Amino acid sequence: MQFEPALHILADRDLRVPRSDLHMTVQGDAVSVRAGLGRLMGSAPLMRLSPDCRGTVEIVMAEVLNNIVEHAYRAGPGPIRIAVQSNAARLTVSVCDQGQEMPQGEVPQGLLAPLGAQEDLPEGGFGWHLIRELTDELLYERRGLFNHLRFSISAEFEDEGPIVSHFE
Amino acid sequence: MDLIAEDCGDYLLIRALGDRIDAAGAIGFKDKMRELAQTDHPRVVLDMSRVAFLDSSGLGAIVAAMKGLGAHRKLEILSLTPTVEKVFRLTRMDTIFTIHTELSEGLRNAV
Repeated sequence: MQFEPALHILADRDLRVPRSDLHMTVQGDAVSVRAGLGRLMGSAPLMRLSPDCRGTVEIVMAEVLNNIVEHAYRAGPGPIRIAVQSNAARLTVSVCDQGQEMPQGEVPQGLLAPLGAQEDLPEGGFGWHLIRELTDELLYERRGLFNHLRFSISAEFEDEGPIVSHFE
Repeated sequence: MDLIAEDCGDYLLIRALGDRIDAAGAIGFKDKMRELAQTDHPRVVLDMSRVAFLDSSGLGAIVAAMKGLGAHRKLEILSLTPTVEKVFRLTRMDTIFTIHTELSEGLRNAV
């Protein structure tokens, strides 16, 4: 019983002041998104990930940001705020924009179109499929004029940290 | 996206020189592919060994380039880097395109 108050305070503090490893704002157009992705992938929390995990993060972030540019901000660009928190097991990413709401107020299903004859192959509709395949806990909320998207990605780190030799 | 074409006899080899095919470059890629592929080669092989990143817009542009060749010509892919391979696999486009791992006799003789 004596631990309960302490745990409660800890949980409460975590909720009010979420620790965030990285905050970034990107302008919502395709060229700025490319540059922003470059900055994001070069940031400290993401540099430590394994190459495979970095690839996953870059695919997901590109699709999420491009979707905002193409749909939420189709009437004209605006800011996109990104926050990344990481721990030993996962990255949690929050992305916020002030563009149009998602259709029906929810994240699209991202079902792939059937792949048939060459002339009928789909040239789009891959984005949400990729996001859903590569993320967990995908949540969308419209709050006032803002879209909030949150998801997590399993984190895998480089096998070796910085090499510090004690034998030289 | 810089692309260069090389006549290899029974196929046209197009090398992608840039390191990404993404939303900002997809239209330029599609236009350049259309321009370079105006040959009589029945097969066009796109060398993607230098492309480290592809997003869904870039993938759409590659599909559009294949469709632009018409029903009797094929677009094949040479050498996917790991992240690009993941995008092909998850969208099942790896089942649509013939993907070669290296420029070899096999590629020269493939039908």
